[in-house]
Amino acid sequence: MRLELVKRPQQSVLFSALSPFIAFALMVVAGGLIFLALGKDPVDGLYAYFIGPLTEVWSLHELAIKAAPLILIAVGLSVCFLSSNWNIGAEGQFTIGAIVGSAIPLYFPDLQNAAVLPMMLVCGAIGGAAWAAIPAILKARFNTNEILTSLMLVYVAQLILDWLVRGPWRDPAAMSFPQAPAFHSWAIVPELMPMSGRANWGIVFAVIAAIAVWFMLARTLKGFEVKVIGQSPRAGRFGGFSTARTIVFAFLVSGALAGLAGIVEVSGAIGRLQPQISPGYGFAAIIVAFLGRLNPLGIVAAGFVLALSYLGGEAAQIEIGVTDKTVRAFQGMLLFFVLACDTLIHYRVRLVRPAPAAAPAAGPTPATEAAHGHG
Amino acid sequence: MKKTLFALAATTAMLVAGAASAQDKAKACFIYVGPIGDFGWSYQHHQGALEMQEALGGPDKVEIAYLESVPEGADAERAIERFARSGCGIVFTTSFGYMDATNKVAAKFPDVKFEHATGFKREHPNVATYNSKFHEGRYVQGVIAAKMSEKGVAGYIASFPIPEVVMGINAFVLGAQSVNPDFKVKVVWANTWFDPGKEADAAKVLIDQGVDIITQHTDSTAPMQVASERGIKAFGQASDMIKFGPETQLTSIIDDWGPYYIERVKAVMDGTWEQHDIWHGMKEGHVVMAPYTNMPDDVKAAAAETEAKIKSGEFNPFTGPIMKQDGSEWLKDGEVAADGVLLGLNFYVAGVDDQLPQ
Amino acid sequence: MGMAEAILLTIATAATPLLLAAIGELVVERSGVLNLGVEGMMLMGAVVAFGVALATGSAWIGVVAGALAGMAFSLLFGVLALTLVTNQVATGLALTLLGIGLSGMIGVAFVGQPGVKLEAISIPGLTELPLVGRLLFGQDPMFYISILLTAGVMWFLFRTRAGLTLRSVGDSHSSAHALGIKVIAIRYMAVMFGGACAGLAGAQLSLVYTTQWIENMTAGRGWIALALVVFASWRPWRVLAGAYLFGAITIAQLHIQATNLADLAGLPGPLYWLAGAVKSVPSQFLSALPYLATVVVLVLISRNRRLTMMNTPASLGRPFVPDR
Repeated sequence: MRLELVKRPQQSVLFSALSPFIAFALMVVAGGLIFLALGKDPVDGLYAYFIGPLTEVWSLHELAIKAAPLILIAVGLSVCFLSSNWNIGAEGQFTIGAIVGSAIPLYFPDLQNAAVLPMMLVCGAIGGAAWAAIPAILKARFNTNEILTSLMLVYVAQLILDWLVRGPWRDPAAMSFPQAPAFHSWAIVPELMPMSGRANWGIVFAVIAAIAVWFMLARTLKGFEVKVIGQSPRAGRFGGFSTARTIVFAFLVSGALAGLAGIVEVSGAIGRLQPQISPGYGFAAIIVAFLGRLNPLGIVAAGFVLALSYLGGEAAQIEIGVTDKTVRAFQGMLLFFVLACDTLIHYRVRLVRPAPAAAPAAGPTPATEAAHGHG
Repeated sequence: MKKTLFALAATTAMLVAGAASAQDKAKACFIYVGPIGDFGWSYQHHQGALEMQEALGGPDKVEIAYLESVPEGADAERAIERFARSGCGIVFTTSFGYMDATNKVAAKFPDVKFEHATGFKREHPNVATYNSKFHEGRYVQGVIAAKMSEKGVAGYIASFPIPEVVMGINAFVLGAQSVNPDFKVKVVWANTWFDPGKEADAAKVLIDQGVDIITQHTDSTAPMQVASERGIKAFGQASDMIKFGPETQLTSIIDDWGPYYIERVKAVMDGTWEQHDIWHGMKEGHVVMAPYTNMPDDVKAAAAETEAKIKSGEFNPFTGPIMKQDGSEWLKDGEVAADGVLLGLNFYVAGVDDQLPQ
Repeated sequence: MGMAEAILLTIATAATPLLLAAIGELVVERSGVLNLGVEGMMLMGAVVAFGVALATGSAWIGVVAGALAGMAFSLLFGVLALTLVTNQVATGLALTLLGIGLSGMIGVAFVGQPGVKLEAISIPGLTELPLVGRLLFGQDPMFYISILLTAGVMWFLFRTRAGLTLRSVGDSHSSAHALGIKVIAIRYMAVMFGGACAGLAGAQLSLVYTTQWIENMTAGRGWIALALVVFASWRPWRVLAGAYLFGAITIAQLHIQATNLADLAGLPGPLYWLAGAVKSVPSQFLSALPYLATVVVLVLISRNRRLTMMNTPASLGRPFVPDR
């Protein structure tokens, strides 16, 4: 007996809709089993994880704070991944965006008016895009593997930030501690509803970005180009699209959104540049992108789900005493389940018995290339 | 209307019940920057928390809650606020990077006490800051190193160029040169507080370059293990690391937060808590030397004598005459460095042969 | 022990885990599969090796357990990416995340415990030889395993029929399938070999490099190993060279820091000035050197399109579904 996949003639509409729910159900079962194995009550654990954080207003604000950068970055990554550009370095683009955006209030401290914040946001996006342009150009021009170059540049970006906040940009009033001066009030992303919590405009930017990119992908020629090149570069070239141009375009969009996320994070949620500004948003956003099935609107939902897993993990740590490591394990499992369930959209899975020896040979037909794969 | 009234009554009842339970049981909460199993900084804070709970009557009297590995970004504020909302009477935030977040949350919860370690910002009356004079122990280590080293060179694995670390290097060199004026120190900046692989590499490199004593201002036990494999001596950091180098560890500077946590949580229980900024050392028992091991009796005696002098307040490691590295005068004969200057220290004293990263 | 010899030994220890993980991944990629989960498999290998060595008191049993753990963990990737044809990039990333979390959960009890060290070998008469004695005959067993594995993979890939089959699967799974080769089965074996090698690399970290278990102790070495495979343009001996080059750069920047200017007082003027200039470079830039060097070398290698294309497995990362 073995497992066999049969390609469906068309994507299954049923499983397209059901797959995220099946994945989530599997996740809940597996999560419950983990809690049992840790000697905790699975119901308490799952409640603390997935429902508790949704029952308080301040916690919903925190959810928005956490989801905003994840969504912004993941929306950009969807453009990259759909065009088969494996940008693994969003974390670095996030960091450089934060740095370049922060340069405005740091170098022009006397500039205190309503123009500061928009300038910071634009500079942040430009910084992120510029950092993303490096692996893009290296790939387009020299065919250099973008997974590795973009990743190596993450470490470099973090070291640049570290050097800046410990050296040239260090706050003279901070007793030689590593942090840049706090932003003045014009340079801070405003909170949406300051009375009830600290969620800021970041989440609004994220949703707008998601809608804009969704529109671009679904309704414009550029979006078509991105998807065609991603599925088959040869067909794309045949249709008159340039692979190199698409590589650069995808990386620039993705880098700009990651950079925007970076400057929004430091100016909104943190308030200054400091050595550590991201708990790995750039990497977590890769999960969000796949969880949202590379659809910007799906990514909005996925961003909130992942943000929930962080908040829930923290609550579970306090309330039922599991370690912070379970959060990572849960996220990895969730991604596994989503990926596995998505197979059902394109394939029928069935168990087959070994064929009898006398069965007519099917003949050496060419193997089916899985058309849905983005790799 | 009836419904609203009922809800109101229920809320009041809950509040009253909450207040009552808060009175007979204190809740102290801790935020750690690393895993509590790092055997260094966060581990020692957690040990202090446990010691406090034990001393104040156990889990029936004091409830403790903690979050480990909390990143020093936007997550810190949420973690602190979660504690403030969950009935903690006092919240200890144990890393410099939590400074802004601590003060922000403190503004929203005036009834909760906040204690921030190693910071200097107290924007609200419910925020206190605390720190320890680890450099006092470094001076004692310097004395031991100069007496124990045959080559007259020690290796120093440093984390980041912040005042606490710079102070430590200076105190170590001053202590060593009080015994052997030609004593040298080789400094490697690991640019990390906790990365065993990198710390091990740094230790190996230093030993390859000929040092025969290793001291570290990073938190993992890897340098101790490398020193013991290579058969040289080393100093532990933050906790007693003797089981990682039974034949290797000379002594270790132990951060003992227990007495402080006992004092402060008790103050909250008694209603006598007040804002302050303290920087205590050996005298108050916040900095403790692990037993002097793997050294001859005369070195032991010299170390114990230095320790006793610092403890009694008779001697301060930063007492003039001390020159800066560039040769200019810092402290005149008999002059003692002011705490304010030390807490922002960003230069080396004469005798340190390293360039301070700027 | 002379200083040059000591430095080489330090570099060898730093390079060995990179080499072990990269040589395994090389075989995986030669079969046409891209498994980005190296970091996760290494962590699983490290934590299991440490725990088993601690429980049994034998570092060798720990090494074997580490390899098996890496292999078992890689099967998870196999089932998803090969049987269920999920996206390989995403699956590999999920494996890394799961590995970080799971190893942390398993390892909670091991934190802060001195482990069991896999001792260096000692051959009387040879180990004491001047200059080369310690280098050739006095290192830890993982060093020899890594070198033997590299030689073995070289021989297997380019001198055996099975190696040819594996490479043909990586170059064109459709043609290989048409020839009656069991593509999926071969890829499963390659993935498991890669997992075992990553597990060994993890075991080296927790039993040799630093004898302890710390969560996330790989600190990005799995990713460096992945970079090395491309850097080496899928050639085993170049993986070896790359791993040692990377190790050398890492150690060199620490040596620059540890060398005081006073140690160099005897140098001629210009050299002394140069040393002073290097010393005044911020340490963050020195730390960034290995990563920048990797990027530069990747560019240099990929510039030569013909050479790259010749060695790149053409089916790399592309899913394969057999047509019964």
